[in-house]
Amino acid sequence: MPLDRLLGSLLCGFARLLTGVRALWLGCEPAPRTRVYFANHRSHGDFVLIWASLPPALRHRTRPVAGADYWLTTPLRRFLIERVFNGVCIDRRPERHGPNPVEQMGAALAAGESLILFPEGTRNMGDGLLPFKSGLHHLARAHPEAELVPVWIENLGRVMPKGSLIPVPLLCTLSFGPPLAPVEGESRDAFLTRARAALLDLAPPAD
Amino acid sequence: MNASSDLFTVFAGIFGLLAVFSLIGAGLKWRISPGAPHAVIDNLNARIKAWWAMIALIGAAIWLGKGGVIALFAFISFQCLREFISLTHTRIGDHRALLWSFFVFLPAQYILIGIDWYGLFSILIPVYAFLLLPISASLGADTTRFLERAAKVQWGLMICVYCLSHVPALLTLDIDGYAGRNMLLIVFLVLTVQSSDVFQYVWGKLIGKRKVSPAISPSKTVEGLVGGVLTSTAVGAALWWITPFTALEAALIALVINVMGFFGGFVLSAIKRDRGVKDWGSMIEGHGGMLDRVDSISFSAPIFFHIVRYWWVA
Repeated sequence: MPLDRLLGSLLCGFARLLTGVRALWLGCEPAPRTRVYFANHRSHGDFVLIWASLPPALRHRTRPVAGADYWLTTPLRRFLIERVFNGVCIDRRPERHGPNPVEQMGAALAAGESLILFPEGTRNMGDGLLPFKSGLHHLARAHPEAELVPVWIENLGRVMPKGSLIPVPLLCTLSFGPPLAPVEGESRDAFLTRARAALLDLAPPAD
Repeated sequence: MNASSDLFTVFAGIFGLLAVFSLIGAGLKWRISPGAPHAVIDNLNARIKAWWAMIALIGAAIWLGKGGVIALFAFISFQCLREFISLTHTRIGDHRALLWSFFVFLPAQYILIGIDWYGLFSILIPVYAFLLLPISASLGADTTRFLERAAKVQWGLMICVYCLSHVPALLTLDIDGYAGRNMLLIVFLVLTVQSSDVFQYVWGKLIGKRKVSPAISPSKTVEGLVGGVLTSTAVGAALWWITPFTALEAALIALVINVMGFFGGFVLSAIKRDRGVKDWGSMIEGHGGMLDRVDSISFSAPIFFHIVRYWWVA
């Protein structure tokens, strides 16, 4: 097994051991379809956990969408995201000169791969969800064949919050909801509101 | 008789009973719903299967000796605390307090049993963790629901670590004329309290009608409670020969720990209902989480420990 594959399996195993992750397929099954898994974002480990909960055959055809400004800044991060996780690195800055992120993501979908996307655009340090960025909408418009599956990640933000070095071994649950049904002629804002609500529906009740 | 032959007899008896239960479970499956899923019977069989594994694990720990039992209960505490904190709401400001709980107080509590330092064992969590954890949380500079968060972390440590650690702590008691047999006290406690859970389930399923408190637990019935507690009090009395107690004393003690065990499950059910879940986790097939299995032990172990320590330790 090549080093990057082995490292990927080891990281998944470690993530499973640390978080005892339980995947609840509430609205769909783990099936080999072209999908965009969109999830809440609290921790850099988020996509590793989604990745670890997918069957290995699907895992290797599912690519996390990652911010180039974070993941391409050191050689180790670059190795992890490009070789181990096979991520799609996008430039989140509005003043970018490089390729268009929606086209980059679209190319992966067109090749039959699935994506893991965090539509809040950044790690959320508070409760609930931040407003969604518009990328999910553009992607949905350009690729109606892809299923949009909401995934609520519970507790990982508490296992390893931003800025902490040692994780707390809490149990994490991933809830995979039903794919968003397409709605003809829906406006961008209405779509993003609906997608955000579908994800929040999977969250446990706040207290 | 010496301790190991008594242990052998007891475990042989338990495995024999389990074999009978497994046969009954398979028979029910075959008579009532062969080939098709049946919620109650399948859950019953999953529970019996899990019992084989749990009894084998406890047996292995006892065979390894004091270290094995301490390690087993430290692991149980770790898993319970994980389940407890996973379901209760804490905030980023509590991260340090949680690290202290998992990586300092939990291991320290069990190490203190290993080195037989009773004075610190009995106050480490109620005094030191109680004061140090809120200090650590306050340094997180987040005042939102501060008292509630501090209480949750402390409560989790008390239930999952402090109370449960009283089971292996039974090994440190010096009882006149009972030297080298303390393992059997653990067997008595665990067997009595767990059999109470089992018999409450069985009586409840057979004749249960009136709910104890539908708001807290939909499955606990008065018939199950009374039948279960009385049956396992009889089990405790029948086990008097492995304890330093007389048969009557064993029955009374069994009654006390069974009632405490019932309320352990009851109190933790109230927390689960409040959080909107049925089980603490999914670790043990058919039973739910680790905490679902040991909630009764958590509430009865300290009481049992102190009864023995007060009246039987010279």
